[in-house]
Amino acid sequence: MRNIELADLEDIALGAAVLGAGGGGDPYVGKLMAQAALRAGGPVALIGADEVGDEDLVVPVAMMGAPTVMVEKLPSGFEVMQAFGALQAYLGRSVRAVMSMEIGGLNSTIPIAVAAHEGLPLVDADGMGRAFPELQMVTPTLHGVKATPMAICDEKGNAALLETIDNHWTERLARSMTVDMGGAAMIALYPMLGKQLRPSVVRGSISLAQQVGRAIRSARVERRDPVAGLLGACPGALLFEGKIQDVSRQTDGAFVRGRVRLEGIHASRGRDFQIEFQNENLVALCGGEPVACVPDLISTLDLETAEPITTERLRYGLRVAVVGLPADPQWTSPAGLELVGPERFGYRFPYRPVRELLPASGRA
Amino acid sequence: MRLRVGIDVGGTNTDAVLMSDRELVASFKTPTTEDVTSGVVTALGGVLGGAGGLGSGVAAVMIGTTHFTNAVVQRRDLAPTAILRLGLPATQSLPPMVDWPDDLREASGNHSYLAKGGLEFDGRPISPIDPAELRAIARDIAARGLENVAVSAVFSPIKPEAELDAIEILREVLPEARYTASCQIGRTGLLERENAAILNASLRVLGGRIVGAFRQALADFGLQAPLYFTQNDGTLMSAEYVERFPVLTIASGPTNSMRGAAFLSGLKEAIVVDIGGTTSDIGALHYGFPREASVAVEVGGVRTNFRMPDILSIGLGGGSVVSEQPFGIGPRSVGFRLSQEALVFGGRTLTATDLVVAGGLAAVGERERVRHLPADLVEKGLGWIQEHLSASVEKVLLSPEPIPVIVVGGGSILAKDAIAGLPVIRPAHYQVANAVGAAIAQVSGETDRVYALSDLPRERALEEARFLATQAAVDAGADPATVEIVDVEDVPLAYLPGNATRIRVKAVGEVQLA
Repeated sequence: MRNIELADLEDIALGAAVLGAGGGGDPYVGKLMAQAALRAGGPVALIGADEVGDEDLVVPVAMMGAPTVMVEKLPSGFEVMQAFGALQAYLGRSVRAVMSMEIGGLNSTIPIAVAAHEGLPLVDADGMGRAFPELQMVTPTLHGVKATPMAICDEKGNAALLETIDNHWTERLARSMTVDMGGAAMIALYPMLGKQLRPSVVRGSISLAQQVGRAIRSARVERRDPVAGLLGACPGALLFEGKIQDVSRQTDGAFVRGRVRLEGIHASRGRDFQIEFQNENLVALCGGEPVACVPDLISTLDLETAEPITTERLRYGLRVAVVGLPADPQWTSPAGLELVGPERFGYRFPYRPVRELLPASGRA
Repeated sequence: MRLRVGIDVGGTNTDAVLMSDRELVASFKTPTTEDVTSGVVTALGGVLGGAGGLGSGVAAVMIGTTHFTNAVVQRRDLAPTAILRLGLPATQSLPPMVDWPDDLREASGNHSYLAKGGLEFDGRPISPIDPAELRAIARDIAARGLENVAVSAVFSPIKPEAELDAIEILREVLPEARYTASCQIGRTGLLERENAAILNASLRVLGGRIVGAFRQALADFGLQAPLYFTQNDGTLMSAEYVERFPVLTIASGPTNSMRGAAFLSGLKEAIVVDIGGTTSDIGALHYGFPREASVAVEVGGVRTNFRMPDILSIGLGGGSVVSEQPFGIGPRSVGFRLSQEALVFGGRTLTATDLVVAGGLAAVGERERVRHLPADLVEKGLGWIQEHLSASVEKVLLSPEPIPVIVVGGGSILAKDAIAGLPVIRPAHYQVANAVGAAIAQVSGETDRVYALSDLPRERALEEARFLATQAAVDAGADPATVEIVDVEDVPLAYLPGNATRIRVKAVGEVQLA
């Protein structure tokens, strides 16, 4: 166990944005909320999954909906506490720890605010190891953990409790409520006992985010290459360095799908590179051939500062480094790939692990 | 004859040019003064006196000034300001100015109010405005003696009434106050837009004073011409508009240089290197305009979402100090004291300018005074300058196509005939490109809103956005007959129904001259 202090949030938020793989929203608002909560409630204890007792109840909390709404309609701060409280009351027993369900983006920091407010520890884990667009796309789903009972609240005080037959239905019903609640809502879901949690989560996520953020920030301060700093802090490969030549987007249901075309610079000069995204980056193609794909993480970073660039902010002329980071091994199992692999997002080619591509891409 | 005066107030020099249509008639460079205004008066005298009393023929005066940037960065001349945010019960977790540096929050008084109001993304009210609540807030603002009020509302870019209606209610109690509505300044992103609105409100007293001082200076020259200021995207605002929106002038300097460089060289696609006394600003021109930065821009430690040019600034200029052990040039600079402190001018500090003169690349001051410099030091120094300029240009380049590098600014002698293997162009009057940029600036208007394309067909939404941008340009002083749409960006938003799409349109036109 160790503490998350105010000074750690900067690194966690930056690292979480890298792990967002282009999605998950800008963690800025979440970071400010966690800062305020830590100032008021003191540091938060960060515990490993092994430190959670078998019968201890853990409740993850998150924002659901459009990150673009969150930067405009800022939370009241009470809705996430209300969701947490409503689920705890419904379960009729004390919650022992809070958890993040999505380390990528702003859902990394919101649970820190709740933990500080409730005086509870935070589990150093999450349910994705990255960001994904739908709430059933979490590793506990692979282990039969149910998303419900789940609480969903808005800033006006409206609250609902859901019991569903499976996690796909939870996503579907919660999604339409979120829209009525103004496009963004706060949720508490996937209540888990320690014995269910341990085999089913992605471990060490908060620490990984912090490590990644610290590596980038210290490289900047010491005037070293921050992208190299990032790749020194976690396994991963530099896939490409280039300038954005073109970005095209279209909506497909509730999601935005798009494609970005890059022109190589430095060692990547002369190569043709594309990234396709649906909120998050899904596939990276070099000369038309996939070199990285979901569930591995594909992140675009500013070439100079390694500041992560979300897919909404991609635009012509940006100079970026594209990095590929391996997904948690649970995602590369047959069941994991069925839930979040390339075919799930409409691609016909099978998953190709970025790990195997490291030598071919030249630089790791 | 249509004469225009362009003035750029920089950190080191205040430059002025007199232009007749598209011809440069006269130019003048003078050190920037502490009060800024007296340097401007000197510069004005330099160009108008030099042209033989052309004052009466001047049709417009365009000024790019650092007054407002300095006020924010140095936390001075900021008026106490009330900020009212409409959006309760939403937003209270992060009250206004939550992410400001403490000293700046104190400098603007730290008076913030939250009230019911604001909109959902689709235009529904979050909660209706409560006039009684707003009147009570107005009375409290009055009791605190505050005369500057910034108003923000959740999703106000969708419907400005969310803020404007509240202002009407405040006005009943506070008829004399100066109001800034966030929707008139910024884009989507509540904190950033609100930050800009608060900064603007706290700068309005200074704005009135500065505009008054410039008007007086023009009157002293017998100039009847209207006064314009350049803003951060390189376009103009009328003086009346600056009094209302002074914050939009922040960071206009680098943009003026780039626009001036485009004009003087006749190029629309190029890299511009503006070498001053202390720093060099490097940016890319695209269609003759500076490329805009894509990330949030901080002003004095505050996050905003202004339209800022994407500029790489390095600490290398004509006055950069050369240190021998260990070897390095800049970022320390003798700045505006170059003409006293550099060796070639009889001073005692070895500067980048001295190296250039010693190397025979330029004739400035007395070359005799740098003859004693060891040849290897000069060579090493010149190599260092070349390498740093080349590396910076490499970073800014947009494509592998060999586009030219336009070098402007007082420190231009530092640049050789090629940078990063690209040809260097030094247009005529390169020393005053920034003032030229101000003189030729156009007027713009912008809109940035979220549309539900299920209710409104895309073409209609774009048409409305074009209309609003055009209207904003005309309001800012553009000649309606010349207004053109220069930029359209539409980004569909994830997770929202009804094909919610954010549409941003920018229109630009020529100044309406009387």
